[in-house]
Amino acid sequence: MSPTPGTEAGHHDHGHDDHDHHELGFWRKYVFSEDHKTIGIQFLFTSLVFLGLGGLLALGVRWQLGWPWSRVPLIGKYVFPDTGGVMSPEFYTMLFTMHATVMIFFVIIPMLTGAFGNWIIPLQIGARDMAFPKLNMISYWFMWPAIICMLSSFFVEGGAAAAGWTSYPPLSVQSSAAPGSGMGQTLWLMAITFAGVSSMTGSVNYITTIVMMRTPGMKMFRMPLTVWALFITAILQAFALPVLTAAGFMQLMDRTVGSVFFTPVIDDAVGYVVNGKEILVGGGQPLLWQHLFWFYSHPAVYIMILPAMGITSDVLATFSRKPIFGYKPMIFAIASIAGLGFIVWGHHMFQSGMNPAVGMTMMVTTTFIALPSAVKVFNWLGTIWGGRIQYTTAMLNALGFVSLFLIGGLSGIFMASTPVDIYIHDTYFIVAHIHYVLFGGSIFGFFAAVYYWFPKMFGRMLDETWGKIHFVISFAAMNCTFFPMHILGTGGMPRRLADPFIYDYLEPLRGLNTFVSISAMVMGAAQIIFVINIVASVFWGKKAPDNPWNANTLEWCATPTPPGHGNFGPELPVVNHGPYEYAHPKADADFLPQTAPKF
Amino acid sequence: MYRFWTVFFALVPILGTALCVYAFYNHELLWFGESGSWWLPEDISTFGKDIDRIFNFLGWIVMITFIACNILLCWFMWKYADKPGDTRKATYSHGNHNLEVFWTSATAILLAVIAMSQLGIWMEIKFPSSSVDVPVFANVTARQFEWRITYPGPDGEFGTIDDFESNSDFVVPVGRKIKMMLRSQDVLHSFFLPNMRVKQDAVPGLAIPVWFEATKTGQYDLVCAELCGWGHYKMKGRLTVLSKEDYDRWQKSAIAESNRAGSDEEDEE
Repeated sequence: MSPTPGTEAGHHDHGHDDHDHHELGFWRKYVFSEDHKTIGIQFLFTSLVFLGLGGLLALGVRWQLGWPWSRVPLIGKYVFPDTGGVMSPEFYTMLFTMHATVMIFFVIIPMLTGAFGNWIIPLQIGARDMAFPKLNMISYWFMWPAIICMLSSFFVEGGAAAAGWTSYPPLSVQSSAAPGSGMGQTLWLMAITFAGVSSMTGSVNYITTIVMMRTPGMKMFRMPLTVWALFITAILQAFALPVLTAAGFMQLMDRTVGSVFFTPVIDDAVGYVVNGKEILVGGGQPLLWQHLFWFYSHPAVYIMILPAMGITSDVLATFSRKPIFGYKPMIFAIASIAGLGFIVWGHHMFQSGMNPAVGMTMMVTTTFIALPSAVKVFNWLGTIWGGRIQYTTAMLNALGFVSLFLIGGLSGIFMASTPVDIYIHDTYFIVAHIHYVLFGGSIFGFFAAVYYWFPKMFGRMLDETWGKIHFVISFAAMNCTFFPMHILGTGGMPRRLADPFIYDYLEPLRGLNTFVSISAMVMGAAQIIFVINIVASVFWGKKAPDNPWNANTLEWCATPTPPGHGNFGPELPVVNHGPYEYAHPKADADFLPQTAPKF
Repeated sequence: MYRFWTVFFALVPILGTALCVYAFYNHELLWFGESGSWWLPEDISTFGKDIDRIFNFLGWIVMITFIACNILLCWFMWKYADKPGDTRKATYSHGNHNLEVFWTSATAILLAVIAMSQLGIWMEIKFPSSSVDVPVFANVTARQFEWRITYPGPDGEFGTIDDFESNSDFVVPVGRKIKMMLRSQDVLHSFFLPNMRVKQDAVPGLAIPVWFEATKTGQYDLVCAELCGWGHYKMKGRLTVLSKEDYDRWQKSAIAESNRAGSDEEDEE
């Protein structure tokens, strides 16, 4: 258990040796833990709870679109007593705003980078812990002020934020503009800032750990693609997040101390009157927020998908029993997605009033970001080609990722095209696209990760049969929910309308909306299977062996299950091989652990 | 089980393609749909054809790629499954340099073609230079939750006595290049004419030129496409396209109406 002196883990000794003679107390071990594995699991369960909340908010949105202005079942009579259980339009705007906020900042980012980033990086590179364990603990505990701000905002006057997750001013800045633009919006901004601190401390830790603390023999080009993806994700976060934080503070100041960063110059022709209240001082620019916001939030899309891409690569190689196809091209693809990701943000603003020449430039860069994405898909197909595919639940979810990401990637081409975007911008086509990437991509990548690493995390196997049932229903319902949204968007249905059927030309889409809503409910219900499977398996699952999947990477072949404090035995493992040496002709078995002796 | 999984994954391209083809061609015979279109609404603009053409062009490319990749995925899932009694090892391959170079450059060329094919039409629609010589037909000002349209009247000048307004009903003559200045009085809105393939955000503090030309008379929806508050969904307007003669007649009656309203106000004072 005690780390070897003189290894890279030397920094870690103090926290450990102090307590060598007795076990850490409950609080230090499970609550204010500095162990990256415990922190990862804390992130995991926190984000799972929020996945439930975000899902319920989404079902509220779908209820209103599927059956507009009808009584909300079960909770309607308690939440909307004045209207006989029918939701109000301001509640609807709050629902989709908070759905997106919760899913992005409290589910996907903490789930992939927080939970799996934390848990997997030291194990896969052969480190005893993160470079800065205390900072790591702080990173988790900074989620709590964010959570408190976010949850309490539902109960303040006017309700939670309702200006969209993009919080475009002036709607979000002028408190008279919308019911949720009061205290709810201020709390929203604070929540995002705290969650940002959490991400930032996390990313600093990941970068340092990966650069400085790889075990002997773990060259950069011997790292599993999950670590590569998390490494590049952390760099993206470190460079993009400060911009959002700055923008958030600017908006907070606009709201609280009367600055006017996003309040425009008064237009003499029409004046500036928000909801009857005349605004007299201006000089800022609403588009500035959009630039700053998307400068973070477009890279954020890649922050949410790149880790899932890395996980998918690991899972596909393991269960195809075959080396990953094009290891280096895969890394270069991740890196170029991240690099190009910084110069495409304007594609969210093609119709915003930004100079159309800038839009044209961003169209070209956006079109070309499809290139590394396509290369990744081709390489995944190359990986399963010639393999010996084992249909485990983890593998099915990884294949599901490829199938769904393909759709999400291809639909992006329509949006990149500026003329087509004139029509489909702010329609359900966009909603279909982001959900194929962020639900089909990130969440299925997350499912794959859970089914793959659960045995190592908890020392028990997840139930494969229920896992497959969960996958079948989720995958089918996911497609039934989101594929028809392309048609809704092509039909011209705008997003964020509490009742689209107020427009005559959208009347034909009513039935399709109902179908989508029913599918979404089935998909939501299927997640109950997932949760029960996890909870039941933690306690009663079959005991997991050290390397149940016969995988090569260090977390499987160099640690016990589950790994103890300090991860590895007295000696750190020495790495002699790449991460994907399956079916090696010189090896007897069809896998070759990274720690196996050289030939 | 591998047969089941292959078929299960194959359902995605099969049903997905079927839905798109159905939506494109069909319209009226479905159990959960009322009659009407599931596809792009009728195009009544001069440049809409070009947008729809790019949409269809991309649709074909995407559909072919989508089906091809899924065929490979399902084929590999079937052929290379770990079947009972099978003792072979998987192929030991780290990839193929030439193949990587080939598919990277082929995709790059295709993407370059896609990017280049749309530059012209974007410039024609959105660049201010393309409507610089057209006089402003109307000022459209968005506010929560309505559209205010101001016409310059017969003299073509704004701010004169013959200006008149209409509320959320934008009336234009057919076959004439209409240029409008789009403004917002409070928050962001977006001026969306689905049938005209026009969308432009209205930003407080900016006056943004928008142009279009209707090719057909009739009444169409004017939609707000940018979240503007609790009443966003009901910020519904109307685009009325009239023939030249009907438009002149309408303009006369609108001016008369506006004068009458004006004199009523004076009387009250």
